[in-house]
Amino acid sequence: MEKFTTLTSRAIPLAIENVDTDQIIPARFLKATDKQGFGDNVFRDWRFNEAGELNIDFNLNNQKYSGSILVAGDNFGCGSSREHAAWALVGYGFKVIVSSFFADIFKGNALNNGLLPVQVSEVFLKTLLDTVTNNPETQIEVNLEAQTIVISDSNISESFEIDAYKKTCMINGYDDIDYLLSKKEQIEAFEMSR
Amino acid sequence: MGKTLFDKVWDAHVVDSVQNGPQILYIDKHLIHEVTSPQAFNELEARGIPVFRPNQIVATADHNTPTLNQDLPIKDELSRKQLEQLSENCNKNDITLYELGHKYNGIVHVMAPELGITQPGMTMVCGDSHTSTHGAFGTIAFGIGTSQVAQVFASQCLLLSKPKSLRVTVNGKLKNGVLPKDVILYIISKLGTNSGTGYFCEYAGDVFENMSMEGRMTVCNMSIEMGARGGMIAPDETTFEYVKGREFAPKGQAFDKKIAYWKTLPTDADAVFDKEYYFDAADIEPMVTYGTNPGMGIKISETIPVDNNASFKKSLEYMNFEAGESLINKPINYVFIGSCTNSRIEDFRVAANFIKGKQKANNVTAWLVPGSKQVEAQIIEEGLKDIFDTAGFELRQPGCSACLAMNDDKIPQGEYCVSTSNRNFEGRQGQGSRTILASPLVAAATAVAGKIVDVTKDIETLELA
Repeated sequence: MEKFTTLTSRAIPLAIENVDTDQIIPARFLKATDKQGFGDNVFRDWRFNEAGELNIDFNLNNQKYSGSILVAGDNFGCGSSREHAAWALVGYGFKVIVSSFFADIFKGNALNNGLLPVQVSEVFLKTLLDTVTNNPETQIEVNLEAQTIVISDSNISESFEIDAYKKTCMINGYDDIDYLLSKKEQIEAFEMSR
Repeated sequence: MGKTLFDKVWDAHVVDSVQNGPQILYIDKHLIHEVTSPQAFNELEARGIPVFRPNQIVATADHNTPTLNQDLPIKDELSRKQLEQLSENCNKNDITLYELGHKYNGIVHVMAPELGITQPGMTMVCGDSHTSTHGAFGTIAFGIGTSQVAQVFASQCLLLSKPKSLRVTVNGKLKNGVLPKDVILYIISKLGTNSGTGYFCEYAGDVFENMSMEGRMTVCNMSIEMGARGGMIAPDETTFEYVKGREFAPKGQAFDKKIAYWKTLPTDADAVFDKEYYFDAADIEPMVTYGTNPGMGIKISETIPVDNNASFKKSLEYMNFEAGESLINKPINYVFIGSCTNSRIEDFRVAANFIKGKQKANNVTAWLVPGSKQVEAQIIEEGLKDIFDTAGFELRQPGCSACLAMNDDKIPQGEYCVSTSNRNFEGRQGQGSRTILASPLVAAATAVAGKIVDVTKDIETLELA
C-alpha cells in the first residue's frame, strides 16, 4: 500500500448524494481477476453516453476541473461491498475523497488501498463544493498527520476524524495482514480455548 | 447492565484488542464466490502466505452463472474464466466448492443457510454486502472487501472496531398481503439509506417473532440498504426448527448442547441500545420503490413525494417519473423474481398461489430464478413449476441473475422491471435499466396484469401460502 502523509491538489466537485459503488464501477466490469485497469471504467455510465462518447456535462470530463481530490455529496460509497470501487478511484488517480458521510464498507476498502476518506461537516462540504465549482484552480491541502483539510488562500479549514490505528497504517503504508500474522499464536490459543 | 444479542456474539469472538484501536475478531465461517475472491488469492500467493483454515471456508459460484443450459460451457469468456479461477483456487487450497451444476450450488446467501452452514451465535463474513442475510439466525454476519477476504484467508480473523447498536422494533399484526419484503422496504423508506451506517441492527417485536426464517432472511438481507453493516434477529424455536436436521448442522447431543447455548443469546431485558426505532405493523402496506436507491419507497397506493433536492430530481429523471405521480397502472415489460432477497421456496409459493389459474400478460417477460439447486428441486417437487408453465412464466436455473446482471440476464435500456431484488441503483439490472423493488406478490401481480396494480384492493381475499 502506498504511504499517505499530505497532499495539496486541485479538486473535482461531484455534488451528488448517495453515490453507490455500482456507479463508481458497474457490475459488468467486475469480471477481471486482478486489480489493474479499473480506473479506465470509473463512473463509466456517467462519464460516457450510450454511444460510448465522453459526456462533457460530467465533471470528470470537464477540462475546467482536475486534481487527485474528489469532493462528493453525502453518503458516498453506499451499496455493494465491491473493493473494485476503491481500485477504480485509485486507478483513475484519486488519493482523497471528501464527503459529509461515507458508507462503512467503502470507507474500510478505501483505507485498505491508500485512498483517504475525509469526512467533513455539511457546512464545510457546501463551502468546499461551491469554492471548487466556482474557482476550479483553488488548491486544497489535506494533512493526515494533523488531520486537517484547508482551502488555500482562505482561512477556511476543518479537522477530520480517523481511527488512530488506520492513520498509522496509512502514514507507514502498512496493511492489516502483517499485523494479524504477528498474532498467530494468540489466534491459535483462542481456537484451543473454545 | 445487560448485553445485547450483538454484544454476546461479538464478545465471544474477540481474540485481542489493539490499544486505542480495533479488535481482532475471530471468524467462524468464511463464504466466498468468484467475483470478490480472485484478487485475495493472488495477494496471498504473491506474499507466500498459506490459507490458514481452509475447513472454515465454503465456496460457491453464483454472480456470473447463466440461468439457462448450465450443463454447457459458459459462453461469456470472462465469466467462464472467473469461474475457472475459483475452481483452481479452491482446488489448490483445499476449499470446498459447490460449483455450477452441483446439487448444493446456489446464491451464497441462499445455499449456506439451507445446508445448515449458517448457525446461531456464529461470526460469518463474505465479500458481498448481503452477507447480512445470515443475521436472521442470530449470527454476526457482514460483507467485507477483498483486502479483508485476504486477511481472513491468512488468519481467520479481521481487525475491526466494534459498531454501535441499533434496534428496530415492529409490533402488531401485519395485514394480509404484506410480506417481509414490504416490512424492510417500509423501514428503509422511513429511516433512509444511511441511518444505519456505523451500526449493527437488531430487529425485534412480534412481527419478526412470528416471521418464518425465509422472511427473516429477506429482512436481514436488506440491512445494508439502510447502511447498517448487518441485521440480527434473536434465535428462537423457529430458528432451531429450521437448522435441525440440515446437512451440516450439529446432530444428536451436540445439537442439544448448541441449543442450550443459543438460548442464552437473546438481548437481556436491561440492555441499552445506542439508537432505537419503533413501528406499528398496522401502518405497513405493500411497497414499491420509485427512485434509484432502496430508501426511495412508497406504499403502492401512495404517490411519489415532491422534493427539490438536486439528487432527488436526478433520480426521478433517470426513472422518467414525475413527483406527485402514482405508479398504479404503469405498464411494465419485465418482472424478476429472484436474488438473495427473495428466491427462497416461500417466495415462489407466494407467487404460485397468486398466479394459479391466471395467465401472464403478453407484454411481460417474467424470469423466475430460484436461489439454489435445492430451491429449484423443491419448486418442481411441490408442483409449482406446473403452475408457472401453465401461466406462461419461465422458470430458469439458479444464480444471482438479473439482480446485478453479471450474466446474460439483463433488463434492456430504458425498460422498467418490477424486481424482488435489493437494489434499484442506476443501471443495476443492466445499463440504462429502471428497477422498481417490490415483494414477490406485487411482482407476480404485475406480471399477470402487465402493469403495476393496487394489490391492497384484493388484500382481504388474497390467499397466500
